Amino acid sequence: MLELINVNKTFNVGTANEKKALDNLSLTLNDEDFVTVIGGNGAGKSTMLNAIAGTFRIDSGSIILDGMNITSLPEHKRAAFLGRVFQDPQMGTAPSMMIEENMALAARRGQRRGLSWGISEAERTQYYELLKSFDLGLEDRMTTKVGILSGGQRQALTLLMATIKKPKFLLLDEHTAALDPKTAAKVLALSEEIVTREKLTTLMITHNMKDAIRYGNRLVMMDEGRIVLDISGEAKKKLTVAELLAKFSEASGHDETSDKMLLS
Amino acid sequence: MTSLLNALPGAVSQGLIWGIMAIGVYITFRVLDIADLTVDGSLATGGATCIMLIRAGLNPWVALLIAFAVGMIAGFVTGILHTKCGIPAILAGILTQLSLYSINLRIMESKANQPVSVDKYPLLVSSRHVGGFTLKNPIFLMIIIAIVLITVLYWFFGTEKGCSIRATGANSNMARAQGINTNSNKILGLMLSNGLVAVSGALLAQYQGSADVNMGRGAIVIGLAAVIIGEVIFGKIFKQFWLTLLAVVIGAVIYYVVLQLVLMMGLNTNDLKMLTAVIVAIFLAIPFWKNKIAGKRLGKKEASKDA
Ligand SMILES: Nc1ncnc2c1ncn2[C@@H]1O[C@H](COP(=O)(O)OP(=O)(O)OP(=O)(O)O)[C@@H](O)[C@H]1O
Ligand SMILES: [Mg+2]
Repeated sequence: MLELINVNKTFNVGTANEKKALDNLSLTLNDEDFVTVIGGNGAGKSTMLNAIAGTFRIDSGSIILDGMNITSLPEHKRAAFLGRVFQDPQMGTAPSMMIEENMALAARRGQRRGLSWGISEAERTQYYELLKSFDLGLEDRMTTKVGILSGGQRQALTLLMATIKKPKFLLLDEHTAALDPKTAAKVLALSEEIVTREKLTTLMITHNMKDAIRYGNRLVMMDEGRIVLDISGEAKKKLTVAELLAKFSEASGHDETSDKMLLS
Repeated sequence: MTSLLNALPGAVSQGLIWGIMAIGVYITFRVLDIADLTVDGSLATGGATCIMLIRAGLNPWVALLIAFAVGMIAGFVTGILHTKCGIPAILAGILTQLSLYSINLRIMESKANQPVSVDKYPLLVSSRHVGGFTLKNPIFLMIIIAIVLITVLYWFFGTEKGCSIRATGANSNMARAQGINTNSNKILGLMLSNGLVAVSGALLAQYQGSADVNMGRGAIVIGLAAVIIGEVIFGKIFKQFWLTLLAVVIGAVIYYVVLQLVLMMGLNTNDLKMLTAVIVAIFLAIPFWKNKIAGKRLGKKEASKDA
């Protein structure tokens, strides 16, 4: 279980660009929740995920993981129980390193890194099978530098790396936004398959209303650093895009047409 | 022509010694993606430490090891200034470099230059023996040292620890997301780099028979020149990590041979540093220019498509 309790974060305090990105945000994630997160640009979705990941210190509030307070745990230590895929395909992989080296780095997440060899033969065969199951044609290019892969291939690889060592939580930040529709659908399907198979507790940000409704068991909507809607179970299954848009205007008090532009 | 042949062994020896320094620069500049200016100071620190210890009667190999350790301390200081005090890496390096100038003078008992005679002490390398076909010829020992170092570094950067240093330099964001402490890896990389640079300084001081407080001035540029020459000449064919390191060492040798050539063609020694700087500036700018030109071409194509 992951709890965010009254989390606040303001960027650029005391400047003209001061921005309250998280405003007394509280959210409880139960084990095996698959939550889709929607909200307009600048609503604070990425900031919420980054707060969980520990990219920055929050101003106030606490983050509790299975009863353990991780509010001041540094980012690299939190990585032990987090898998992350970013919006930008460049962010999740080391471009100058080989595919297999990237995977080996991810497989050691949360472990002490010593002077034993960075990748073993046994791992190579294991990675080969894994990549093959992903069906991207990457299994025969394991010694290729990641830098020359396409965005979609990199995102799929990042997804694989995020889950190669089973994380407690999977954080997906618009991870298909930069991909063409066909590749996006494929990576999304892969994500769901892994989440279901491994029973991962997942937060997935998306701007696609249909995806937000179709995937996961729970949907939250954010606006101005707060959660303005939280629907789960049967109620969520019955949602339609039109209803969701209406609910968004209702909850945030914005005018519906401008929201349509932001959300669709 | 004969004078060139006579000068060649000396140039090759110096190139091999500077090659170790260039490997250190490669580790920060290419692996960690940090321009570390500590090296101008730590090269002289290595020389000063080693020479003073040899003069005190210590075994030169032990003195070399201690020089390595002292260089690592210098790198550690820069690393702490950068990661724990939030000082930009370049500035952190300059601060350490400046303070090392004072420290180096302290080490050398307030003298700007301390000689060490090959007649009195069992030096590892000396320009005195550069001509002969004996085991004392510095070229032999330097080739062995270079091979050992490249092997050890190839091993190290293949280990889990070494991989995490490489990931830190390649994408620190990804590294942290994979649980790697990027700060401590940067510190470790800076320590390793400056340790090697100090070893290079220690060998250089023995080779030329004295440690000098100014021996590291502009060292970073020579190191970069070696890295770049290695990449330009061998980049297309040398892909593996150990070959890249080898290319860097060969790059340093080429640098010194070419230097010897232009000196013999009558170039004024005083103009050398500027010549090196200009060459390095040009080669650092080439990738940028290439991108720009490619971008312009692309822009033109797009424009003609629209029309
Ligand atoms: N590192 C930062 N420095 C300054 N301001 C920031 C930073 N990160 C986010 N912000 C600001 O905080 C607000 C919330 O940003 P955030 O990235 O969380 O939005 P988002 O909901 O993910 O939007 P999008 O859908 O566009 O990705 C924005 O106004 C943004 O400009
Ligand atoms: Mg975002």
